[in-house]
Amino acid sequence: MKKISTPYLLLIPGFAFLFIFFILPIANLAQTSTQTPLLNGDTGQYEQTFRFANYIDAFIENREQFSRSFIYAIIATLIALLISYPLAYALAFKAGKYKNILLVLVVAPFFTSFLLRTVAWKQILGEEGFVVPSLRTIGVISESTTLTSTSFAVVMGMTYNFLPFMTLPLYASIDRIDPRTLEASGDLYANGFTTFRKVTLPLSMPGVVAGTLLTFIPAAGDYVNAQILGSPNTKMLGNVIESRYFKIVDYPTAAALSFTLMAAILILVTIYIRKAGTEELV
Amino acid sequence: MADSANSARGDLKLTRITKSYGDFTAVDDLSLTIPEGSFFALLGPSGCGKTTTLRMIAGLEEPTVGSIHLGSTDITTTKPYQRPINTVFQNYALFPHLTIFENIAFGLRRRGIKDVDEAVNKVLNLVELPHLAQRKPTQLSGGQQQRIALARAIVNRPALLLLDEPLGALDLKLRRQMQIELKWIQKEVGLTFVHVTHDQEEAMTMADTIAVMNEGKIEQMGSPADLYDNPKTAFVANFLGQSNLIKGSLVGTDGDSLVAELFGQKISLPRNRSHAVDSSIFAGIRPEKFRISLLQTPVSGNVLSGGKIEDVSYIGVSTQYQVMMPWGQELMVFEQNDDGVAPFQIGDAVNISWEPIFTFALRGDEDAEAGTEVIPEDLDEE
Repeated sequence: MKKISTPYLLLIPGFAFLFIFFILPIANLAQTSTQTPLLNGDTGQYEQTFRFANYIDAFIENREQFSRSFIYAIIATLIALLISYPLAYALAFKAGKYKNILLVLVVAPFFTSFLLRTVAWKQILGEEGFVVPSLRTIGVISESTTLTSTSFAVVMGMTYNFLPFMTLPLYASIDRIDPRTLEASGDLYANGFTTFRKVTLPLSMPGVVAGTLLTFIPAAGDYVNAQILGSPNTKMLGNVIESRYFKIVDYPTAAALSFTLMAAILILVTIYIRKAGTEELV
Repeated sequence: MADSANSARGDLKLTRITKSYGDFTAVDDLSLTIPEGSFFALLGPSGCGKTTTLRMIAGLEEPTVGSIHLGSTDITTTKPYQRPINTVFQNYALFPHLTIFENIAFGLRRRGIKDVDEAVNKVLNLVELPHLAQRKPTQLSGGQQQRIALARAIVNRPALLLLDEPLGALDLKLRRQMQIELKWIQKEVGLTFVHVTHDQEEAMTMADTIAVMNEGKIEQMGSPADLYDNPKTAFVANFLGQSNLIKGSLVGTDGDSLVAELFGQKISLPRNRSHAVDSSIFAGIRPEKFRISLLQTPVSGNVLSGGKIEDVSYIGVSTQYQVMMPWGQELMVFEQNDDGVAPFQIGDAVNISWEPIFTFALRGDEDAEAGTEVIPEDLDEE
């Protein structure tokens, strides 16, 4: 009996933590999402009426921000993938003795606050930064164009902030590839590009899937980048939820939006994992 | 991609190849011709440059100096994927994400060859593993992976098949079995095999021609019997099997034989087995060529007297003796246990004799220990 019960005993702290800080709040959120304002009550006073139409109302009212969240998150994820893949590849195969130093540099931004880093981007893309004047000089953007308070700035901020989440899993899975399989591919008449397509990429798919998920999920729920680097026209669902909760004190709509976002992410991720077919690997 | 390099055929010719990494010279001014259709072995200890040589033939490394020709085509700087050369890698390097079938089909598909199914199934039958076609490499045993790696290479019918310590990861019994199979497959498919190994027994079992490498150079090249019976250097004498090397000097000739004096005792040896440059020599005799006899027994051939049995190891097929000679050297003697005579005892005073034709002579200024201290099992350090 002892042998069976010990693992369960060890699971108790974890389960207890998840129950108190995850299951209970979720249940509470679910309960809130179907409430309606109390008749003659103060602002912020709600009663449980199981009004599921809250979900429909909330979605219709905010479908623009909803789709924006996903579009921004998808674009940021794709850019992060394009930047991270060569970086992770170089770290794994070409960095030699500098591998560890470079890996530290990848995570170095984490030593600074997330907010501070985002504010820094405001400076970088601002009129006084070097990016805007340089782009104007070479004629990429016109004299009147600014970069702050644009969707470009928001997507760049998100890409930057979530880049390590993409790079690290990619690095881990590319680093596991036996370089001799790449040599074998060359030996078997595959040129560099074919070797990448037929060997390197398939073998690094677990990292691609993990990295894109770790980037996409927080990006889709993010509101800090849109808040600091965006404008009212770049609001994402996270910004709506934040303002409904803390400014308008419309708890039911905020809760319903949270659930909708969660469900949408879950569905997208499930489809993605099915398509990527990672279960075939390993 | 069907250019001239890819369809090249013929003998492989390395001309004055040098490969340096910074200050370190891995391969030093090496020239070598490997005839088409032969089973050729590059034999040497870890770090002797044999793997680097193989990688240059495969195109995975580029020589610092020198050229490589396949037939009349210069392939020195040709990319690996443009060479009609395939490799069986040391740890097989099978593609873990592909089935066995797709692993073998990989090279065929890259070249756009039709009838992939037929070719793959044929080679799977050749290596006797047709039932594993749909498995993944991780589901196979080491021996099976080894055969698939071989199948993946030979299915392309390359002009040259390179084998980089292909049996190193297998246990002894499986290795012996694969040695025989590899040789059979080479005869069957008629391709040129270049086999890199540190295992002298493996090289001797399989190869028609062996090149013994040491410190980036070829010490000697020849048939297994030639290398064993008539080594030119102490390194070859010691690395291929064991040798007793006795210091001495040449003192005269007798027809086709040379006469040498070893610590005051005269022996004779064939002229064509002397590689000495002056009168100072090491006389070499393989341990199994020696015969031991008690002092009163009459013996013929070369004789060294005054020995004393120091140690006896009975190992079934033979008995190994250490015999202390009057000049303080221990000689090793292997005697077949086939004459029903009781083995000699420690302390017996004996004579050692052998047929003169089994003697070879090396330069007297060589290091008699060269090639003996090599530890053959440190495969992965290369």
